[in-house]
Parts: sequence; structure tokens; C-alpha cells
Amino acid sequence: MTKTTKPKNGLEIINAGFLTLLQDAGRNQVMHQGLANGGAMDRHAWAWANRLLGNNYNTPALEITFGGLQLISQVATRIAITGAEVPFTINGQPQALWSSINLMPGDKLQLDAPKAGLRSYLAVGGGFSVPQNLGGSCATLVREGTGGQNENGQKVAEGDLLPCQSLTTKELAQQSFKVPAANIPDYKQPLLLDVILGAQVDRFPAASLARFFNETYRLSPQMDRMGARLDGPPLKVIGERLISEGISLGAIQVTADGQPIILLNDRQTIGGYPKLGAVTPRSLDALAQRLPGSEVRFKAVSLHQAQLREKEFLQFFNKKSPTK
Amino acid sequence: MHWRYDITGVDTVTLHFGERIELALVNPIQQAAQALRQQLGARLLDVVPSYTSIMLRYNLLKDDLASLMADVAPLLNNLSTSTNSQLATNIIEIPIWYDAKVGPDLPRIAELAGITEQQVIELHSSQPYQVFAIGFAPGFAYLGEVPEQLAAPRLATPRIKVPAGSLGIADTQTALYPLASPGGWNLIGRTPLTLFDPKREPASLLNAGQQVKFRAINFAEYQALGGQLDD
Repeated sequence: MTKTTKPKNGLEIINAGFLTLLQDAGRNQVMHQGLANGGAMDRHAWAWANRLLGNNYNTPALEITFGGLQLISQVATRIAITGAEVPFTINGQPQALWSSINLMPGDKLQLDAPKAGLRSYLAVGGGFSVPQNLGGSCATLVREGTGGQNENGQKVAEGDLLPCQSLTTKELAQQSFKVPAANIPDYKQPLLLDVILGAQVDRFPAASLARFFNETYRLSPQMDRMGARLDGPPLKVIGERLISEGISLGAIQVTADGQPIILLNDRQTIGGYPKLGAVTPRSLDALAQRLPGSEVRFKAVSLHQAQLREKEFLQFFNKKSPTK
Repeated sequence: MHWRYDITGVDTVTLHFGERIELALVNPIQQAAQALRQQLGARLLDVVPSYTSIMLRYNLLKDDLASLMADVAPLLNNLSTSTNSQLATNIIEIPIWYDAKVGPDLPRIAELAGITEQQVIELHSSQPYQVFAIGFAPGFAYLGEVPEQLAAPRLATPRIKVPAGSLGIADTQTALYPLASPGGWNLIGRTPLTLFDPKREPASLLNAGQQVKFRAINFAEYQALGGQLDD
């Protein structure tokens, strides 16, 4: 018997666009080592892409920031693209977002620049076969040099082959699934972010808090996967910097110049700036689709209310998908 | 053990054990973190100890705040009765080549302290340090406290690239840069050891609660241990 090496199969990247990363739900049990959680910035769009294909919750997918992706398939598979409203073609033919679509060997897929929104998610039937070793995740952390296809933090680049399986004829013959219209967000809508007040809220004078919840802020150009800086009425902070402590996802930290920063998936693990509260994960999904200059307002919600919404999200997407 | 908690996010709660950075908190916090990990297991998605606190990230599919704290509270309250630390007390030794070639701020630290470079090396390597916290970057350990004489403020303009393994001083803290990164600490030497390797278990050589002692080595030993002059 001769030993043959199995041919590598997957999606071949022709143009990786501005920033394309392998992401899943993010890492657990690693923050104490100074490693960031990472994970898909818009988990709503990311989770729907996987669900349309019957994939499990934590399945790796591509997060494409600001479109511009081109690839050629080497396999017969099924994909779904969700998130930003982006012109999307296969072999030059326009295709629907938020739907499952077959992709055959030799098919060329192209995403242009988004018309609305910022991040697209491309999931593939069965998921990309990439390591999920660190904290149970493939999350790509460029700054740390961790995660991703080769576990070195490199973003997806031209010439990469993202491994995925071929689907059976029977699987490919299945009907196409679409996300219900009610679950497709409109990224042009003004943004109202839900905030859980934190314990350090007493560091902010009443007038500053009133300002924060009544006035409009704008997303500054200084936004990335670590955090989003806001421009708007400055907030007063009483007292000194705090002793560094763990930073939660969505924490609203206020620096010396009084401008709030919302800390996101790739944030550092500990820090000492006073925090007003935290934006809820459901609201962070919407934030992840906004461009610099977008208007942002804030609304206080109860912890109970926020936990119920998050639990509902997790339960829905952790249930076995009806598409399998 | 005295403690209180703050709600810090939809799935996080931060336990506070004190209001000041002090050595006496390091072991109790590590004990608490270990006990929480052992007894709550997968209910906790992250346990993040720092100087005076532990942040817990919990799984909303298993708990809400009330059900979590119903188990966290007795655990912490009963912990106060255990007097001796169960933690390993072995001291991790880290070889350092203290030299201006890899620690460009060594001459200035000596000058500020009014002593020779050799005396800086002797002072810095004479005592054990405690890992107070891990953060900033993967495996970046905040160690304390350096002898008062060697304390020096952060650089006004951080360096764009500090090589991996660099040893720095900022105020009364000292730390090693596990990965090349920007940084504003005063650099006095470098270790040839790999401080952080995501493929190693555990990935980080240093963890909060451990003790560290530096051993001065010469260039020959630094090279023999795999040390590089430049990345």
C-alpha cells in the first residue's frame, strides 16, 4: 500500500482585503496569563453565519473588516456571509447576504467595500479546520502573536489556503436557509448602547453622569479590536487612578482627558482607569458595525435585564441548529 | 478573609480584598483564586487575580449573579480560617545578563542612585520578588518591590520596541518583557529564557503569587543559554 498525502482542500485567498482574521467565540481561562479573550467582534452576525450552515456555536469563521476579500474555492462546500451590507458576488453574479449558498470548486468569491456596516463574517459548512488550542479558541491576536491558522497571530494573507471539508452531494442538495428579516440589523440606524452601571460610578460627579446619558458622542477614528474611543462632552473623574484590576468586555473607561473608551475583545487584561460601567455584549455587536464619526448614545439598563438578553442569545445559538 | 464585590459587567464580578498594594495580600488572593477555580470549575470562564482583586467571568448558561455569589461567598468566608498558604513556595530563578548593551538604562539608574553599575546589579539581584499581577501583555509579570534606591520613574517617551526578555524598572516595580513590544520601563538587562510560549503548558513562566529571584550571569553564559544580542 502506498502512502499518499491527502491533498489540501479549502478556500484559497486571492486578496485578503484590509483585515481578515480567523475568529470564533473567543478564549476562556487565559486572561490570568495576560492573554486577551479575542473572538468575533459582532457575535450576532458571526453566530448567524455558522447557524445557517448547521455549525456548532464555537466554529471558526472569517471576520472581514471593510470588505475587499477575494478567494477561489477548491472544494464543493456551502458558505454564508453575514454582517456588513457589502456587494458580494460569486463568479461575478450578485449573491444574497444572510443566506446559505453553495460554492463549487473553481468558484471565485468577491466582497467589495461595505455600503453600511464594517465587518463581514464568512462561515463555511463544517467550519475551517484550524487549531483551537489557546483557551479553546482560534482567535487571532495580531498584537500578541497568538492564534489564527498558524498560531502566530498572523492575519489572513494572499496565498493562504484556509482548510475546510468538501460536503456530500446530499448536503449540497439541501435547501438554502435565510436569516429571518427581523434578525438582520440595520447598521444605518442611530446607535443607542445599553450600559450596566459599575461600582466606580461614584467616581463621576452627577453632572458628568447626566451628560454621559443625555448627550451624543461620536466614534473617534481611534477604534480597533482593542477599544473604541469616543469624542464628546468630557467627563469629570474624581480621585486618582485605581489599582489595576481585571477589565471586563465592554468596560467604559475614562482617561485623564475625560473622553470615554469602550474596551473591546482584544483589550488588555488588567488596567487602572476608573470605569463608569460596561456596554452589554448585545450592544457591542451593533457597535462593531459602526464607522468612525457615527453618533452614539447611552442608556442604563439593569444587570438582570442584560443577563436575560445575553442568556437568551447564548441559549438560542448553543442549541443544535435546525438546519442539520 | 475580609472581602467585598462589585458588579463590573454582564458576566463579570470583581472581588476586592484590600484597598492598597501590599505583600500581605498576594498569598490570600492566590489562595482564593485557586479555591475558586477548583471548586467552581467550568462555571468560571476566567479568574483574573490582580494586586488587590480577583475578577471572575462566569457562564450565563450556568449562573446568574445570585447563584454564583451563593457559592462564592461561603467559599471566601471559610477561606479566612485557613492560615497557611497551600501554594508552592519554591522560588523561580531567572538568569539575567545585566549590561548596558541589553539594558541601556543601567548607567542612568546607577547615576540616579549614586552607586556603581555593579552595585545596582548586586542590589537588584540580592532579594526575592513577588509576582503581584500578570497583565499588560501575555505573561508580563509585575514584580515588587525593588529597593527604594533603584526606584525610577517610567521614561517620558516609551521605546517603540523593547526586545523580548528585557528586564525593566518602573517606580518600585520591576518586570520582564515576555514578547517584543513598545515599553516605557527603564531597561537594565535581559534574560535568555523564553518567558512566554503559547505552545507550552503553562504558557507563562511566571504566574501571580510566585516568587522570583534574579541571578546575574555574564555574556558567555547568556549566549550559552540561547540569549541573543538583537532580535
